Amino acid sequence: MEWEDRIAAAREAGLRGIELAARSLGGLLLFIAAAISIALLPLGIGLVLAPRALAAVRRYADEQRERGRAWSGVRIDRPYRGPAHGLRQLADPATWRDLLWLVLNVPVGTAMGLVPVALTAWAGLGLVIAPVVLTVGTEHQFWPVAVGIGVLAVAVLIAGAPAFLDLHARFSAALLSPPRYALEARVDRLEVTRADALDSGAAELRRIEKDLHDGAQARIAALGMTIGLAEQLIRTDPAKAEALLAEARDTSGQALADLRRLVRGIHPPVLAERGLVEAVRALAVVLPVPTTVFADPGVRAAAPVEAALYFAIAEALANVTKHSGATRAWVNLRARAQNLLVEVGDDGAGGAGIPPAGGLAGVCKRLGAFDGRLAVTSPPGGPTVLAMEVPCGS
Amino acid sequence: MRVVIGEDQALLRDGLARILTAYGETVVATAATAPELRTAIADLSPDVAIVDVRLPPSFTDEGLRVAAQARARTPGFPVLVLSQHVEVLYARELLSDGRGGLGYLLKDRVADVARFVEAVRIVAAGGTVLDPDVVADLLSRRGQEETIARLTPREREVLRLMAEGRANAGIASRLGVTEKAVNKHINNIFGKLGLLPDGDDNRRVLAVLNYLEAP
Repeated sequence: MEWEDRIAAAREAGLRGIELAARSLGGLLLFIAAAISIALLPLGIGLVLAPRALAAVRRYADEQRERGRAWSGVRIDRPYRGPAHGLRQLADPATWRDLLWLVLNVPVGTAMGLVPVALTAWAGLGLVIAPVVLTVGTEHQFWPVAVGIGVLAVAVLIAGAPAFLDLHARFSAALLSPPRYALEARVDRLEVTRADALDSGAAELRRIEKDLHDGAQARIAALGMTIGLAEQLIRTDPAKAEALLAEARDTSGQALADLRRLVRGIHPPVLAERGLVEAVRALAVVLPVPTTVFADPGVRAAAPVEAALYFAIAEALANVTKHSGATRAWVNLRARAQNLLVEVGDDGAGGAGIPPAGGLAGVCKRLGAFDGRLAVTSPPGGPTVLAMEVPCGS
Repeated sequence: MRVVIGEDQALLRDGLARILTAYGETVVATAATAPELRTAIADLSPDVAIVDVRLPPSFTDEGLRVAAQARARTPGFPVLVLSQHVEVLYARELLSDGRGGLGYLLKDRVADVARFVEAVRIVAAGGTVLDPDVVADLLSRRGQEETIARLTPREREVLRLMAEGRANAGIASRLGVTEKAVNKHINNIFGKLGLLPDGDDNRRVLAVLNYLEAP
């Protein structure tokens, strides 16, 4: 690295250090606010304050995760189980690890941030003050030591100022990353969902193969035979040949209808042409239960995620039509951070669940392959709301 | 009749051109992409355009967009949209300007060559032709309702044929009854649905579709 680059990096690290120190000190106020709001939980007012304070702590921790990546290239994944919402945050171990980091970070972050500044001050002391003192003429036998330390401080500052920020990023990573047991639990879950995805993928291919074999393929084979026979008869028995050709035309229409049904089951054409929201609208307009579709503008996700959600919504709406006795239904598609939130609701009789062998259980498995989740709220008497959340994917 | 065809698959494009030529129509241009189709419609001002929904470059719904643009520039410009699948959503968009000169059919229907050519001519003359599958979807959606349930099976059949865009004569020959009988059925249907009877075939189709479309 060129000298200018090194000096520029040292200066930048110094400025960032000051920012870090200031933010770390500010973290103390946040920690106190969070601690007090949790302490006030029994008094009721904490019920209002704690979720807000904890959401602020999470934002503060997220800022550090981002700084770790931007300043030091240290990747710190988010460990949370769910969105920062209500008192559920208290049940998430990651919240408590955030708080521990927050309080430890007050001294650690301040110290790490101020090291480059302190080195600068020291260098100034050794290299500027000491010669000044010398030239004024006062006896001072330690000035060579002062200059020596100043030179050393400059050397350390230029060579290693960013290293203190890196050290702080690694300290933060230790507490802000998902802990090992969480990673192990995640690996377990991924093994299950991968097995489910492979199973359902294989079952899907078998179904498609069977449908093609018994449907379109058989019809097209019959079509060839009918046309061949018509070709033979066209001179000797034109009337019979004409009838055969009409039959062939019908068969080709049936083969196309078979293929169309199959294609709808694999990847609905509207989904390919217009994306998830319009595909859901296309689904909604032909339902016997009047269904309204609400969507945030620009709701999109990776194609496999959109397909999984489409079939999930189709299954949910089919259930509304078949079982709920509803007079109205609605679908709500919202983009939340990196996730897509979908709700399917109706004003029907309620009491719906996820029977283990039913269509919704299959939907759960399919969404699971994308780290998605599904929950049903359906008290007796209704209304029923089915909520799904899936990361958008890339 | 001067026709422009927008279809990216060469086999189907040539097939459509061959059928129309065999029936004495003039195919003035064929286009394999949306931009080509847009230029052909703008430059040649044909009597009708036959448009595939999915066209290059993006293979999404370019054909529908070209159709909408052409009809925005020239209100009522006759377009027959063809697709491998039909959607009520797309039919609703195509019909939203309330003008005729519109067709929306599955590609399968081309196999019935005579009816297909008839559909092209109806559209070019300002009529409306909807695929039976779209009409069936519309009817099944409203089928459980009281008003539709009050129709006799024969009246429902007439309603279906009317929504597909058939004229009285066509409905009569299809059902093997006289035009007078068809007229009587239509008056009954309009009475039961609370619609005003209308002599104009196209306005009649739109009235029926609007009724079926209403939420």
